[in-house]
Order: sequence, then structure tokens, then C-alpha cells
Amino acid sequence: MITDQLPILILAVPLLTSFAITIFARKSPILAFSLLLAAIGTSFACSVGVLRQLLETGATIHYHVGNWQPPYGIELVIDHLNAMVLVIVSGAALLTAVYSRHTVPAEVPDRFPGEKIPERATNYYTLYALLITGLLGIVATGDAFNLYVLLEISALSSYALLSLGRGRAYFATFKYLIMGTIGACFYLLGVGYLYIKTGSLNMADLKGLLASSILLDSQTVKIAFILIIVGIWIKMAFFPLHGWLPNAYTFASDTTSCLVAPLMTKVSVYMMIRLMFSVFSVHYIFEVLGFQDMVVWLAAAAILFGSVSALGQTNMKRMLTYIIVAEVGYMVGGTWLGNSNGLTGATYHILSDAMMTLCLFMAVGAVIYKTGDSSRESMRGIFRKMPVTAVVFLIGAFAMIGIPPTCGFFSKWYLVSGALEAGHWGFAAALLISSLINAIIFFRIIEIGYFPDFDAPAAASGDHGHGAAVMAEVPLTMLLPMVLTALSLIAIGVYSNEIITGLVSRTIPAGLL
Amino acid sequence: MDTVPFLQSTPLLAVLASLAAVPLIALSGKKPNLREFWTFLAGFIKLALILSMGSYILSGNTHTYELCKILPGLSLQFTVDGFGMLFALVASSLWLVTSVYSIGYMRGLDEHAQTRYFCFFALALSATIGVAFSGNLLTMYLFYEMLSLSTYPLVTHHQDMEARGAGRKYLTYLLSTSIGLALPAMLATYLITGTLDFNVQGIFPPDTAKTTLVVLLIMFLYGFSKAGLMPFHSWLPGAMVAPTPVSALLHAVAVVKVGVFSIGRVLTGIFGIHLLASANLNVIVCVIAGFTVIISSLIALSQDNLKRRLAFSTVGQLAYIILGIGLASRLGVIGGMTHIAMHAFGKITLFFCAGAIFVATGKKYVSEMKGIGRRMPYTMAAFFIGSLSVIGLPPCGGLISKLQMVYGAMQADMFFVLVIYLVSSLLNAAYFFPIVYNAFFCPDEEAMFEKRVDEAPVFCMLPPVITAVISVVLFFFPGIFMDFASLMVVGV
Amino acid sequence: MAEIITDIISKYNYWAFLILLLMGLHAMISKNNLVKKVLGMSIFQSAIILFYVSIGEKKGATIPILAHGHGTEQVHQTAAQMVAGFVNPLPHVLMLTAIVVGVSTLGVALALIQKIYRVHGTIEEDEILENIKE
Repeated sequence: MITDQLPILILAVPLLTSFAITIFARKSPILAFSLLLAAIGTSFACSVGVLRQLLETGATIHYHVGNWQPPYGIELVIDHLNAMVLVIVSGAALLTAVYSRHTVPAEVPDRFPGEKIPERATNYYTLYALLITGLLGIVATGDAFNLYVLLEISALSSYALLSLGRGRAYFATFKYLIMGTIGACFYLLGVGYLYIKTGSLNMADLKGLLASSILLDSQTVKIAFILIIVGIWIKMAFFPLHGWLPNAYTFASDTTSCLVAPLMTKVSVYMMIRLMFSVFSVHYIFEVLGFQDMVVWLAAAAILFGSVSALGQTNMKRMLTYIIVAEVGYMVGGTWLGNSNGLTGATYHILSDAMMTLCLFMAVGAVIYKTGDSSRESMRGIFRKMPVTAVVFLIGAFAMIGIPPTCGFFSKWYLVSGALEAGHWGFAAALLISSLINAIIFFRIIEIGYFPDFDAPAAASGDHGHGAAVMAEVPLTMLLPMVLTALSLIAIGVYSNEIITGLVSRTIPAGLL
Repeated sequence: MDTVPFLQSTPLLAVLASLAAVPLIALSGKKPNLREFWTFLAGFIKLALILSMGSYILSGNTHTYELCKILPGLSLQFTVDGFGMLFALVASSLWLVTSVYSIGYMRGLDEHAQTRYFCFFALALSATIGVAFSGNLLTMYLFYEMLSLSTYPLVTHHQDMEARGAGRKYLTYLLSTSIGLALPAMLATYLITGTLDFNVQGIFPPDTAKTTLVVLLIMFLYGFSKAGLMPFHSWLPGAMVAPTPVSALLHAVAVVKVGVFSIGRVLTGIFGIHLLASANLNVIVCVIAGFTVIISSLIALSQDNLKRRLAFSTVGQLAYIILGIGLASRLGVIGGMTHIAMHAFGKITLFFCAGAIFVATGKKYVSEMKGIGRRMPYTMAAFFIGSLSVIGLPPCGGLISKLQMVYGAMQADMFFVLVIYLVSSLLNAAYFFPIVYNAFFCPDEEAMFEKRVDEAPVFCMLPPVITAVISVVLFFFPGIFMDFASLMVVGV
Repeated sequence: MAEIITDIISKYNYWAFLILLLMGLHAMISKNNLVKKVLGMSIFQSAIILFYVSIGEKKGATIPILAHGHGTEQVHQTAAQMVAGFVNPLPHVLMLTAIVVGVSTLGVALALIQKIYRVHGTIEEDEILENIKE
């Protein structure tokens, strides 16, 4: 039955397609694009299928790869949490793939005289497919070491993709490579310690073994946990380990930003939640270890740092990357608050932030595509020149600020509720302050879009900025994903109750208040 | 669901009426008359829908319509009761009048971007009716924010440097207070009580700590800063750079009234009149509001720009309303709620006149308006009546509501409030009468205008006359609004 | 005191890996030359790989390869005895994967360094940063 094989298809199709693209589509970017679209479309359809299966039966799906029994064999475990994240990842990848139709040919990486120009598009799509395989694999797997492998697959493809940008991209990616490898190796070391102590690598098995009282007191397990968490924090750019993110994402090509920015950090957040609650347990983290207070304060610091840094940026992409740093703080803080409202907020925020970030990066990418300028000034007069893009940006901005009925409001609702319940006033205040700072940031840009330039020497007097601005929208393949994403922000918000009661609340482990 | 003599979804339809008009207006940009037709059509439909619920509500019923569940235990919900009907009637009827005025004003000055103006106006009215019919704090917050955002393009309509500064101030004040104060207060209330639905008995459990209540009260009072309680009032005078019809409706009726309405709802529906009185929270409200009343009236005296003077007068009058409701006595609440309506009609008359003066003569400053009564007698007569209503003198409706509030102060044994009322009424007279006196009765040498009657265009002159007449009518028939308000104090 | 010393000496392999790890980490962070950083990364990963391999070690055990396939001598031993005689092969297998990952990362890093050299003309970090600031 094909439906039994859905979990592995989600991974296998993009993987095989990446090979297919390299082998068969060397000469034809159109074929490469079509193959990619087909692969990701299939992945998305399979993810939705898996989600539906899960919602109907309510039972976690276990898929034994190659029919080897766990804990010796690798298995894919799909419960409500990763079913949701699978849909998000494949959906966002699909939207960006459609979006990339026009931007990939337009974005020319640096070329040098005498260098034989490779088939850029084909290479790009190959790497795209590999990255998606890696990300989907991280989300679907139920084995701790397999996670490392897939983590590195996605990391390597992302290094290659990110470096296909402007001149400074190479150096920025290099720094990211170093930091990312450190993070992944810490994770590996942590898993090694766990293996020493338990003899198993399967996540469900580990959970059972780690629950025994001897291991709860063990120093090794504690160190393992810390190494794993720090490794993951490096990967998700959690303050103060965020240094690689702004540069790496800013100098990448716009399509790559649209792809990695919403996904990689969110998948890392998923990893953290998965390891915290499905390998270690609520009891272990919040009672035995007990340093969650410090982590929440760190998260509050991350939020404030990210928001304030974004305030000072004139380059729009760089501003968005600092906002990502702040959003990561939201999710880490929400998870470590230790109550169900906080974790609900954090999990819902995975969905909501992926969409918000995608929406904003796509809108900014469209503006850069048309104007070639990534500073705030390129938004001048945007409501008249590119009205659809402007509205998409507006909706994304409202979601970031947290204005109902967009999804951003609801994640803030849960996160602030969780913070108030846990008595963490600092975190609640940080959340509200960051909303206000986001409001300032985005309204400044909206102002630039709405008002004429008063400082420019040729400022029209009495013209009210109605100069000859011709409407020049981006092509349909870019518009369509943007509009869909923007609409989804509102849909996710309005249907937040269904999503949360039907999906997110099932992911909250018992034992959280 | 008991059967009601109108469609179940009428509250939703009332909100949607103008929302549906927005795309139609946007598409008819090239044909101004068609475009204005859509505005009027939506306005009439809205008013009709609201009126259809009137008699049902007057017999003491309330109507609830749930839209969807949006959070566990919370839904987007409309509840139509006396207070909501009062406000909805005021807003929707005045929208029609203002639309007439807008046509005259915008065309008279040949303003740009009129389509955008009418679109966002309709949107703002949707949000206003949404607030009026909100059944819980969350729904109200949603529409409150929608109003802030949809009025931004109206405030910054002129798109010059002044407008940009005013717009910034506007959003800074409104968004920072609503996100920074109102939202956490709403969340905390939800966490403490488990609900956000409005209930005349109040929703707090009896054992809630007094400090918590005080903190939440203050957060709500300042969080809904559209009501202009000092020191969060500065956005209002700043927003006077907008075209006068915007100032008129939004800042004399819709935006600021949404602010006081929200505070009124919180006071009567979340805290409840009993709790306010028994926990002495009403003293806090009265002190804050009373302070605003006096200071704003003093500042109004010093303003030469007519619209700014009117703006500060509005700040004071809004604080009156909060003062009345905050007394937590039967008559005080009725008076405060009724004053929303009385002040609306009075103030809008004044703003219309100010705009008409600007269209006809280009004058903005009071000192330049000596003798203007010779040139624009009808306008200034309307101005006179409007100011009578605001000051609270017969034969205008403002007297009735102010009297109620005075009785309410006596009922609540708060004599300092009585003093505040009397002093501020004197101050109101002090900054209104000179304008009227100088307009009509200045000596010939000082007059700046000739004796020739040269009014503003009919579209600009008719609305203030209409609203002035209504102000007088309300003196004789205050029940139109007071009966709705009385429904809210049943059982107090 | 004596136990601590014997403890330390008996765990000499872990100390060696720790030193390698720290050397690699130090190189990655503080060296100026990009190639040295990458080499540090390699050393860092090797330390972890060696660590994993060494945890499978058992006293007196041999490499996990069946010498005679289904030979006759092994038939007389019990399963437990057989297992005790071989080093745990699982970490070896895991580390094969890790080595591959390490090599690929090395390859990507070196390719990036090539590109950086083309763009900036140098592979010393401080010079690159100066180059960028201009």
C-alpha cells in the first residue's frame, strides 16, 4: 500500500530527484526546475497525506526503514509535532520553488574571466533538493545518530547554497561553516555520551532507558544534554551563539534567503523540542536539571538584542535576519518556560514564524528583484509601484507586530500567557517590547513606502508624491506564492483554535502544567 | 437561540456593510458620483440594520452572535445591548452626515487621493461598529487595532512632513499603549478569570487582590489611549493636520468615542459597577479623569488654532464621560453614556463649522475670525448651538447628560467631582463664547469680513445645521439615547 | 590522591582525545589563516571520531571480523562468549558515516577558501576583514 510508504517517500523523492537533476538536466534549467517542482510537490502531498492519516487514526506512525526492527534499525517516527513541521517545511519549500522560477536566472553569482560557467540553475536546484531532503529527514527521523547525518546533509547543502550569493557571501558562509560544524560536532559528542550510558541510539528507546533513576543522577547524561542543547543552539542561532546568522543570510541570494531563513532555524527549534521531550523528559529537564530560569532570561536577552539590532539596520535583509534572532528567542523561551501555554505558543510559533519570515523575505526579495537595491530606500513609493507586494509586506509586518487576526497575535497570546503563569515578568516584558520595536521598524518602512522623500533635493512640492510612478509588479510566479503566504498568515491566525486544539495540543507532553 | 425579529447575523452584517463597500469604492475611482453612491448605500444599509435591532433591544433583551472560536474558551463574538446600540446609532448616523460633508469639503478643496480616503473611511466605520457590537474584550481589541490601522492613512492624508510627524505620533501613542498596556491587562484578566465576555456583574472573582485590580484598572485606562486620558492625549491635537471631515468624524466621534466606549465597557462589563463602588476603584478613575478635564480645559483656553482648541475641548469632554461612568452610580453611568451621544452631535457640529470656515475663507485661527458671523451667519449659528451643547446649556442635549452626571456625582457622594463639573463648564464657556461673541458682535472697525453673506458650499454648510438641529431635538427627546443607556444599569 | 592519579592515567585515551579536541577548537577559533582553521576543524572532528571508536573497546577483544565465515571453531563458543571477544562494531559503523561527513565538509570548506582567495586575494582572516571594510 502506497500510504504505508508515505513517510519514506517524503525523504526519498527529493533525494533521488537531486541525483536526477544532476544527471539528466545538466543542459536544461527548465527541466531541472520542473523536476524540482515535481519532487517537492510530491513531498508536500505525502506530508499532507501523512498528516491526514495521523489526524484520522491518532496513532503515531512508525516506519522501519528497510524493515529492520528498532532499536537496531533506523525508524521514522511521525507524531503530531513532526507531521505539522513536515507540512510546513515541504510547503514553504514548494512556495519558494515556484518563486524561484524568475529569481534564480536573475541572480548571477560572481564569475571570473576564463572560468567555465557551470550550469548554475541545475546546480542550484540539485542543492535545493538535497537541502530539503536533509531538513525533512531531520524532522521525520526517530534515531539520534540519523539526525546527525541528516543535519550535516542539510548543513552542507546550505553552505553551498548560501555561498552562491554576492561577493561577501563566501566569507560569511565560511564562518557559518566553522560555527555550524562545531555545533553539529557538539551534538555528536552528546549523542556519544548518551550511547555510552544507554547503549541505544533510537529516540524512543533512549527515553525509556534514561528514565531509570541511576541515569537521572548521572553526570555523563547531564553533560550529554548540555552538549546536545548547545550544539542545537548554535545551529538555531540562539543568542549569544547567533554570530554567523546575519552575515550568512544577508549576502546570500534572495531565493536562498527565502528558503533557508524560514526553515533552518525552525527545524533546529523542532530538534530541540524533540530531544528535550521525547528523549529526555519533562521531569528531567525541569526538575533534575533545573536551569530553565537562566535559559528563559537568555531568551529574553535574545529577543531584546535581536529587536534592538534590527532597529539600527538600513539593509532590509539584514534587518530581517536580526528579527529571526529575536523570533528564535521567542521559541526557546516559550519551550523552557515549563508550562503548556508556553510550549503551545512555541510550537504554534514554529508554524507562524516560518510563514511570516517566508512572507517578508519573499516581499523584500521581490522589491530587490525589481529595484536592485536592498536598502530601505528601495521601498519608496511602493504602494503605487508594486501594490500587491506592498500589501503582502504589510500583512507580514502586521503578523510580526502581533496584530489580530494574523497568526503573530496568537503566538504572542500563548507565549505571554505562559510567561505570566510562570511568573516570568522579564520574558513577558521582552515579548511586548519586541512587538513595539517591530512596530517601529515596520512602520518606518511603511512610511518610506507611503510618503515621498522629504530629504531628497528634488522633493516635489505640492505633488504629494504622485510623481510618474509606473506600476511595475513582479512576475506571476513570484506574486502567487507571496499572496498565498500572506493569506495563510491570516488563515493560520483565524483558524488558530482549530490548529491548536487539533494538532498542537496533542504534541504537549503530559506533565507540563 | 430565541427567535429575534431580525436576522441572527445582523451585527455581523452591520460591520460588513461598509467593508463590502470598500472594493466597490476602490473600483469606482474614476467616477466620483458612483463612488460616493457606494458610500451612501453602505451607510444607509448599516443604519437600517442597526435600527432593525432597536426595538428588540429597547425591550430589555440582548442579542448574541458568535462568529468563531478563536482561542480555547474564547470566541469572536458580537453582543448587542443598550450601550452598543447607543454607540452604533451615533456612529452610523453621523457617518451619513459626514459623508455629505466630505463630498463638499474634498471637492471644494480639490483634494487628492479621494478614493483612498473614502475606502479607508468605510473601513474605519466597519471597525467602529465592530467595537460597538463586541461581546468580549478580545473581539473589541481586534476591532480597536483595526481602527487604529485603518485611520492612519486618513490622518496622514496630506502626505507632507507635518502629516508624517502626526502619523508617527498617532501610531506611537495608540499602538504602544494598546500593545504595551491593554494587551497584557487583557491577558492577565483572562488568566485570572478564565473568560473575557462582558458581564454587567463584572467577571472578577470576589477574592481578587485589590492591588491586582488597581493595577489592571490603570493599565486598561491608559491602554485604551484613544480616549485621550492625560498624559496619553498628545496624539489628538497632532492629528488635527488631517482633513476636517476626518477630524470631525474620527476624532470627535468614532476614534475617540471608541476609546471611551472601550473604557466604559471595561468599567461596566469587566469590573462591574458593584466592584468599582465597593472596592473604591471609582475614586481612582474619577481622579485621573477629573485631572484631565481641568487641565485640558485650561489648555484649550490658550489655543488660537480653532481645530486645536476643539481637540483639547474633546479631550476634556471625553474625560467627562469617563468621569461619569467612573462614578459607578446609576445616574452617573447613564449620564456618561448619554453624553457620548450628546457630545458627538455637538462636537461634530463644531468641527463641521471649523471646516466650513476653512473652505470658505481659508482661516484657521480664532484671532482671524472676528466678525465672521456677518459672512457666514448660518455656520456660526450652528457653531453657537454646538458650543451650547458641549458646555451643557439649554436648549441643547448636552445639558441633559451633564445634569445626569451631576446627579450621579451626588449619588456617589463624590463632591469633588461636582466641583470639577462646575469649574470645567465655566472653562468651556470661557473658550467657546468669545469665538461666537467676536463672530457676531464685534465692532465694525475690528471686523475682518464684509457684511456680504458668502457661505461655504451647501454640502459643507448643511451638515452642521442638521447636527445642530439634532442637538436641540435631543434636548426635547433625550430618550432616544438615554433609554439605551438606562438598560445598562438595571439592577444597580 | 593516589586514586585520582591512577584514574587519570588509566583513562589516558580520553585525555588524548580531549587534548586533540581542544587543539582543534583552538585552531578553529584563533588561527588567522583560513586553511589552518579548516585543519583545526578536521582535527576536532577526528578527536570525536577517535573517542567514539575507543568507547567500543573491550579488554582482550579483537576486531569485529569473523575470521572463518561459518567456520567450525566458533561453533563451540556461546553467543555471549563470541560477543565478548569482539570489539563493539556499532561505533565503528557510525564513525564511518561521520568520517564521510567530515571529508565532505572539508571539501566544501576548501572550495570556499578557493573562492574567497579569488575574491579577496588573501586567505588571512584579518586581511580579508580589512578588504571587506573598504
